[in-house]
Amino acid sequence: MRFPKSQLWLALALVVAGVVSAFSGRINDYFLDVALGAGINIVLAVSLNLINGFTGQFSLGHAGFMAVGAYTSALMTTTFASRLLPLVGGQAWILFPCALLAGGLLAAVAGIAVGAPSLRLKGDYLAIVTLGFGEIIKVVLQNIDVVGAARGLYGVPAHANVFWVFGLAAVTVYVVWALVNSTYGRGFLAVADDEIAAEAMGLDTTRYKVTAFVVGSFFAGLAGGLYAHLKGYINPTGFDFNKSIEIVVIVILGGMGRHVGVVAAAILLSVVMEPLRRFGDYRMILYALLLIVLMLTRPQGLFVWRSGRGTA
Amino acid sequence: MKSPAPAHRRHFIALVAAGLVLAGCKPSDDAGKPGAASTGAIVVGEFASLHGSEAAFGQSSHKGTELAFDVIRSNGGLLGREVRLITEDNQSKAGESATIAKKFVSRDHVVAVLGEVASGRSLEAAPICQAAGIPMISPSSTNPKVTEVGDHVFRVCFTDPFQGKLLADFAWKSLKVRRVAILADTASAYSVGLADFFRQPFVAAGGTVVTEVKYASRDKDFKAQLTAIKAAAPDGLCVPGYYTEVGLIVKQARELGLTVPIFGGDGWEAPQLIEIAGSEALKNTFYSTHFSPAQDNPAVKAFVAAFKSKFNEVPDAMAALGYDSAMALAEAIKKAGSTDPAKVTAALAATDFVGVTGRTKLDAQRNATKPAVIITVENGGFKFLQTVEP
Amino acid sequence: MSEFLQQLLNGISMGAIYALIALGYTMVYGVLRFINFAHSDVFMVGSFAAFHVAPRLGSGAVAGGMAILCVAMAASALLGMAIEKLAYKPLRGRSTLTVLITAIGVSLLLQNVGQKVFGAEPKAFPAIFPSRTFHLGTVVVNSTQLVTIATTLLLLAALHVVVHHTRVGIAMRAVSFNATAASLVGINNDRIISFTFALGSALAGAGGVLYALNYPSIDPLMGTLPGLKAFVAAVLGGIGNLAGAALGGLVIGLVETFVSGTRLSTYRDAIAFGILIAILLFRPAGLLGRDRVEKV
Repeated sequence: MRFPKSQLWLALALVVAGVVSAFSGRINDYFLDVALGAGINIVLAVSLNLINGFTGQFSLGHAGFMAVGAYTSALMTTTFASRLLPLVGGQAWILFPCALLAGGLLAAVAGIAVGAPSLRLKGDYLAIVTLGFGEIIKVVLQNIDVVGAARGLYGVPAHANVFWVFGLAAVTVYVVWALVNSTYGRGFLAVADDEIAAEAMGLDTTRYKVTAFVVGSFFAGLAGGLYAHLKGYINPTGFDFNKSIEIVVIVILGGMGRHVGVVAAAILLSVVMEPLRRFGDYRMILYALLLIVLMLTRPQGLFVWRSGRGTA
Repeated sequence: MKSPAPAHRRHFIALVAAGLVLAGCKPSDDAGKPGAASTGAIVVGEFASLHGSEAAFGQSSHKGTELAFDVIRSNGGLLGREVRLITEDNQSKAGESATIAKKFVSRDHVVAVLGEVASGRSLEAAPICQAAGIPMISPSSTNPKVTEVGDHVFRVCFTDPFQGKLLADFAWKSLKVRRVAILADTASAYSVGLADFFRQPFVAAGGTVVTEVKYASRDKDFKAQLTAIKAAAPDGLCVPGYYTEVGLIVKQARELGLTVPIFGGDGWEAPQLIEIAGSEALKNTFYSTHFSPAQDNPAVKAFVAAFKSKFNEVPDAMAALGYDSAMALAEAIKKAGSTDPAKVTAALAATDFVGVTGRTKLDAQRNATKPAVIITVENGGFKFLQTVEP
Repeated sequence: MSEFLQQLLNGISMGAIYALIALGYTMVYGVLRFINFAHSDVFMVGSFAAFHVAPRLGSGAVAGGMAILCVAMAASALLGMAIEKLAYKPLRGRSTLTVLITAIGVSLLLQNVGQKVFGAEPKAFPAIFPSRTFHLGTVVVNSTQLVTIATTLLLLAALHVVVHHTRVGIAMRAVSFNATAASLVGINNDRIISFTFALGSALAGAGGVLYALNYPSIDPLMGTLPGLKAFVAAVLGGIGNLAGAALGGLVIGLVETFVSGTRLSTYRDAIAFGILIAILLFRPAGLLGRDRVEKV
């Protein structure tokens, strides 16, 4: 185990994020927005990678967990802020991480709700259940007046900065890395490789699957909270099926069950749309072609050079 | 299974590659300095839904804005300077408009921002423009929340409370509707809002809402909802939605034998409405809007002719408002005699000009108080029925 | 009661279209084991093909309508085969998830090229079949609904004959059952896969025309929603199972219609998905799917 070393990396990443954050006022706002968007996508993709990549499940509802986190945390810093602020001594900078955490926890609870049925379902059937879950979340949000229904929730304070986004991205990468590289975590890979064999070896495959869902959705919830506090406005349609697909694309393009590849793909795909702006009307067509060509030329994953852990 | 050491170097390369792409989108042209600069082109940013689910409206509005800039250019620009319009597409997607607004403000250094049709996405960009002190004009977001963001956010259209009230009055007095059914789009901020603003005054006047059912944007089948509405026996049906669905709703309602008057708001306005629903089904339907190409008014006629010759189609209300939003900005820049955002904002607050959508005068809440027109369909064409003054 | 009959009719005609699209998903899944995300956009292209040939083939008469339907099916079949050749075949033998991404890419490509070529605004689809409305008591029956149901039944019967009584159909089932064994007995898998795409896409094309006929407003993104519903229907019926796809389509159509007519209309999609999840919990392999026991 090289735990001490990896913890050192995490500490270093947090310090760098803190230092950069202190100087972020000098960074162009637009550049910062794109970079923070990329950071949030890292959190989303790495957490989905735990479910889809390492554990071999197929979730199409990551945006649903993200919505749970986004709405929970945004409600805490807007609608209920006046009641919650006195509890933390009126300090908005304390309330924000609490709100993020609450969003993550509630998303994790949702993860249990979705993970539990997955005991019985496999492959595409599980995909449909997660997809259905995501859609149900969206429809329910559209019908709750307190969260603005279709009007959405606006005026969310812009608390998401370099420190929080990239700090949490580093934490996500660290947790997922440490989890699958621990003795316990080898079980995730075993479930992905061959569920029946894993079960025959005495592994509690159900528990691994639910754990993957809970941890994955917790971080998706955090990412949702960051997103809400970056964009300042959220509405239910922003967390639809297409958003989930976007995250799946990142994970597969990065190479299922790869750590660095998925992070790199998250950055690449979040950023690549910006230089494509100059092509105006043809931007989306180019993006679609890019996806196809990348996949045809690098089917093993964009940043994968040797065969190893990947999908069978 | 285990990740061997040499792989680390490759991973490093991968990260560096991704980092380079990231760096690649750093500001490359810092030539266009802040909008306050007194020389060089005047840069205006426009964000619109040019692709995706609301592209039909975004495209219309964008065409109107483009035409306005053609007119401004042919008149020799503004303040003797060239004008440049930068248009960015948000693909009707959440989150994109915030990024675009930041790009306009911190990279393109625009004088003002124009956009957009959908209230939800205007609400995303508005706080950013407000914080940067750059004026933003929404052509056709009718949700009242948009301009409540702050004193730099304007709109050249009327708001939903005004439109809801006038629809309720029209239904009550002119159509003599007493028992109304409401069919609203649960996924659209506009539709849900307008339904609310219609219901309150209608009920206050003594009317009854016999049933209220919902659909979701991009639905195509409304027979289930309409069958339920028919069973409730209303004497009028209010559909505060967009023409993309309204066309099919009216068609299916008539097929099911629902013959009561059907009415709605400015979302109905588009030539495609008649094509989709058919003029037979559209008999006894009414909608309020900002503009009608059928209006007998020289300014409107000239606009319709210019629009037709450029795009080979008849402009709808979104196009007219897209045009007027750009014209309102041009007026303000002329009046301010400067491109200083603070001065332009001040000039915008005092906007009072006659556009193709009528006299546009902004009130203290930066909303346009302007007349609405009520349109009906007769003999296969739109027919202007009446003007409702605010 | 009459409201119930009316909703039943509405639900069946909606379900018929879902069934046609769902069949394509399930057939492709049968031979290639992946969800063809571009299928819903082939559906869209089918209706646009009909839209563009309609003025030339004379719409409004039964013969003209049939001709338009055939052209749309042929165009969709060709498109489906081309997509398979260019985007999926080079990845044969790779993880099906890899193919999933190219499928998403193709879907995005068709949608965006569609918005560029056809325009983003909705187009009014012509009434290519003669249309009439009948009143049976208080129930309103539209001839379009009858055309939809009849055409669907006809296509389902034709599909049944092809799959069960022709050599190519038997080969298709063989590939679906066990691709390796099929190639060992001399079946050209590539050709069978190509044929499957043609067949599935033709059905989607027909679905596109029928959909446009019922809801005459077409746009380049029109495939997304029915595609998603049909995909759900295919899984609900038991993915890979033809009868299951048809049944799943019908179930989704009926559930949606009945929920839409109630006070719960705002929760329609949530309820439809809720029922789906509940069914899957009791029948984890779908309504008609058999839980294959994996041999170790």
